Amino acid sequence: MCAFPATRHSIVAAMRGTQPDDRRAAFDALVTAYWKPVFKYVRLKWHASAEDAADLTQGFFLKAYEKDFFSAFDASRARFRTYLRTCLDGFVANARKADARLKRGGGVTLIPIDFGEAERELQQQAIDRVDDFEAYFRREWLRSLFACAAGRLREACVARNREDRFAVFEQYDLAPDDRDRPTYAELARRLRLSQAEVTNELAAARREFRRLVLEALREQCGSDEEFEAESQALSG
Amino acid sequence: MISEPALDRLSAMFQGPDVTGTRYQLLSVLGRGGMGVVYLARDTVLDREVALKIVERPSEDANEARILARLEHPGIVPVHDFGELPDGRLFYAMKRVRGDRLDRWMASGRDLSERLGVFLRVCETVAFAHAHGVVHRDLKPENVMVGEFGEVLVLDWGVATTPSQSAASQRRIVGTTEYMAPEQARGEAVDHRADVFALGAMLESIAELAPVLAIARKARSDEPASRYQDVQSLAADVSRFLAGRAVEAHRERLVDRLARFGRRYRLPILLVLTYLVARILLLWLVRV
Repeated sequence: MCAFPATRHSIVAAMRGTQPDDRRAAFDALVTAYWKPVFKYVRLKWHASAEDAADLTQGFFLKAYEKDFFSAFDASRARFRTYLRTCLDGFVANARKADARLKRGGGVTLIPIDFGEAERELQQQAIDRVDDFEAYFRREWLRSLFACAAGRLREACVARNREDRFAVFEQYDLAPDDRDRPTYAELARRLRLSQAEVTNELAAARREFRRLVLEALREQCGSDEEFEAESQALSG
Repeated sequence: MISEPALDRLSAMFQGPDVTGTRYQLLSVLGRGGMGVVYLARDTVLDREVALKIVERPSEDANEARILARLEHPGIVPVHDFGELPDGRLFYAMKRVRGDRLDRWMASGRDLSERLGVFLRVCETVAFAHAHGVVHRDLKPENVMVGEFGEVLVLDWGVATTPSQSAASQRRIVGTTEYMAPEQARGEAVDHRADVFALGAMLESIAELAPVLAIARKARSDEPASRYQDVQSLAADVSRFLAGRAVEAHRERLVDRLARFGRRYRLPILLVLTYLVARILLLWLVRV
């Protein structure tokens, strides 16, 4: 589940705060948003084994928390995603030089991370080679962002007894393969809705999904300008 | 996991706006503003082209549309229609204006009085907005259009503020650094003098003559209290310059004053000089 701070402010800004609890909550949210892109990136760019990539991912976030890496982020100079990736490359390069096995834990318990799940995803993606790692990292981050918004949409629909709305969205827009995608008529039959209800629920779910994606995006940006640039990039 | 096809599908939701069910058909992208994308679209009911702005930012609601709807002025593009797309984005249709952006228009070699004439028209429009409590906050040559019939339009009111807006939204740092007043860049609440600053920056790019630069410098003083206190005072000083009179922002040396006097009364001075030369010539001929 995608646990972002209830305040819905920028997590990047919250990490610079003075309240330890707020900083910790923001950091957890950051790890939730980025651990999968980080793990996959380390696996592919640094040719790390699944076990090493898991250690490096844990070690990176642990060190970032201890050394307060992200409070040095300057929103006027780079996007937060770019900054994080640069820090990550530096961390992995140093770790490789020191040939140090990174230990998990170390005083701070990071939120539970299921590296097995990320590894299975990577195997499913069956990527032969990556030519542009910046684009790859962005795509994985986007996947994580959409997954987070879809999780929030599910929660919101359940809370409002609108399970049908999420079911329509899940089966139509989140269908894993285009060939498995049902028609509106099939969906109506499956969910015992009229076809008009299917299209209405789908429109409402998309509207809510878009709003949740932009909300999550705003939380992950360090400034209004960065949010502006990221949302424009999202619009193509 | 979100599969590759699903990721592409979800990404596509953010790219082309879904105008199904509306009267508009998208033709091309006209530009990207502070808060959204402006498309050239066809209104299929009236069979005419319009500029259709799609607003990306959900929290901004219909800020610009509401502002434009309350500001009826020849220098402000009217809104024809407003609504919500199936994907939740807001749209509003505006008159499509054909012409050039001010920065491109100036690059095509316009003389000083023409350029300052356009600047004064911008000032008129901005002063009108201020009289209605609206501060534009993103004035720059790229947001001014000179139409094919000579009309001058101030565009992109997407980040403008009105007195009814919350203090937080008035303090949001938006705008373009080069034209942004220091208090706006610091994220403080701004008033109409932030627009005076931006107009000063625009004026600086319009003319390099000392009196005009002095006006521009005064308009873009760091302290709001040292600027022209309203757009009308700024425009009045530019008008004085155009009429060949002394401007308030510039203390003239004697030589400047004489030069300005010479420029302003060029014709009478020439006539008097011609008369005097002719007279001297006649006297000399009579003596010979």
